[in-house]
Amino acid sequence: MTHIRKRQLEEKVMRVVMLIATLIVLGAVVSILGTILIRGCKALSWEMVSRFPGKEWNTAPDGGFLNAILGSLYVVIPAAVIGACISIPVVFYITMYKRRRTGVSYIIRLAFDVLYGIPPIVYGAFAFLVMVGVGMRASVLGGIMVTVLLIVPMMIRSGDEIAKTVPDEMVDAVYSLGATKWETVWVVLKHILPGMLTAFLLAVGRAIGDAAAVMFTAGFSDQPAHSLSDPTATLPLAVFNWIIMPDPFPGRAYAAALVLTILVLTLSIASRVITRRITRLNK
Amino acid sequence: MTQKATESLVVDNLNVSIEGQPILKNINVFFPVNKITCIVGPSGCGKSTLLRCLNRLTENIDGFTIKGSVLIDGQDIVTADDEHLIELRRHVGLVPQRPCPLPMSIYDNVAYGCRIHGMHTRKHEMDETVERYLTEVGLWDEVKDRLRRPATRLSIGQQQRLCLARSLAVEPDFILADEATSALDPISSKTIEELFVRLKEKYTIIMVTHTLPQALRIADYAVFLYLGEIVEEGDASQVFRSPKNELTKRYLSGLFS
Repeated sequence: MTHIRKRQLEEKVMRVVMLIATLIVLGAVVSILGTILIRGCKALSWEMVSRFPGKEWNTAPDGGFLNAILGSLYVVIPAAVIGACISIPVVFYITMYKRRRTGVSYIIRLAFDVLYGIPPIVYGAFAFLVMVGVGMRASVLGGIMVTVLLIVPMMIRSGDEIAKTVPDEMVDAVYSLGATKWETVWVVLKHILPGMLTAFLLAVGRAIGDAAAVMFTAGFSDQPAHSLSDPTATLPLAVFNWIIMPDPFPGRAYAAALVLTILVLTLSIASRVITRRITRLNK
Repeated sequence: MTQKATESLVVDNLNVSIEGQPILKNINVFFPVNKITCIVGPSGCGKSTLLRCLNRLTENIDGFTIKGSVLIDGQDIVTADDEHLIELRRHVGLVPQRPCPLPMSIYDNVAYGCRIHGMHTRKHEMDETVERYLTEVGLWDEVKDRLRRPATRLSIGQQQRLCLARSLAVEPDFILADEATSALDPISSKTIEELFVRLKEKYTIIMVTHTLPQALRIADYAVFLYLGEIVEEGDASQVFRSPKNELTKRYLSGLFS
């Protein structure tokens, strides 16, 4: 009887510990979103998201930060496309051609793990050194390059994990029909598509919100970028720049943070909806 | 039905090891044409590995090394280059242990193999092929109104018959079945068994089974494998009813499994 009570007590204690941990995380999410929402909504106006900074922007409310919103999109959209074009073939190469655990596949995976673990600021510093070396200044192109570096390891790592869920039986079934590895890739792709899309959107979400990497490479400008070689403002860097400055900047920082959060949340929700739709179609 | 399978499948001095551990030792078998050969033996004796060697589905096994030959109508699949490998594999259909429909419609599952080999390129030809093989496995009447629905929505027994139809559609000479009924209910198992008995008129069937009564019911030829070696082989009636080797006798009497 005492032993049963002890087990029941253990069960209750562990349940409470798990509940507390969950509440801490939920509390953090609510307080972050709440702060951004309350302060951001107060400061945000249609003018802010629809206009470029005016002449008096640095001293008074004049215009908006459309330059930063567009800058983020100019950097992230091409980087996402390039990142996907690089990472998807890599995922298939290590999944289909290096499926066996050999020394080569181990080294390849280790290399991508190392890349994944490198902090964005280091990517930024590395890209900056390269840019200085080739005589390039902070620009949209620099931002794109470093964002590609951020997206690729994230997508490869998640893609590799997702590809591991492909049952060996499925791969064998396709091979046994006389398919080549490349033909098998297409069948496998259908199976992992929802997961890959989620990985892609989450990687893009992470990249769009990163300030450290674009700090050195994309620069900052109150003017919209007209070419790849122009410097550009980005939303995370705008938040970083404005948050510690006197009024009217902190309000703008929260407004920019709100816009950024909405963008990232939209990507997150889109990934869930798309995943559910495709999974339902496949089942 | 007319006799179709004329090609021979011969295993010659096959030795396999995985991460240095010998799995198959000096295997020599000639699989009789248009017969059902059952490979039996206790768990871990190398039955499934032997079956996988027959169409070289061994390349994704970590630390796998193979020596010897598996001759499909005289052509060695062990040493075949990529180009010949895909052609040789087409001759050897596979029915897996767990049904594994491809993530596509019922129709496309059957048509997939034909498409990659450029067979039946006209739509009406492909329609006829899909109907023919779904009929052959007794699935046509059950699915003819939902051919465009995902194959994963079929029952597990139907999925296994679909996998068989998919394999048959590329016109193989051999069918490999790796415990093909182990995941099925008794009725579905019986359906698959009956199918194999009917299909042997056209194909050479090689199956691995753990179920001795099943082997007794349908096998024409039997291979008893123990610790990676062939202990006894021959006509199923002889191997199962009057085995010569003491190990076979003990296995059949259930002394070890």
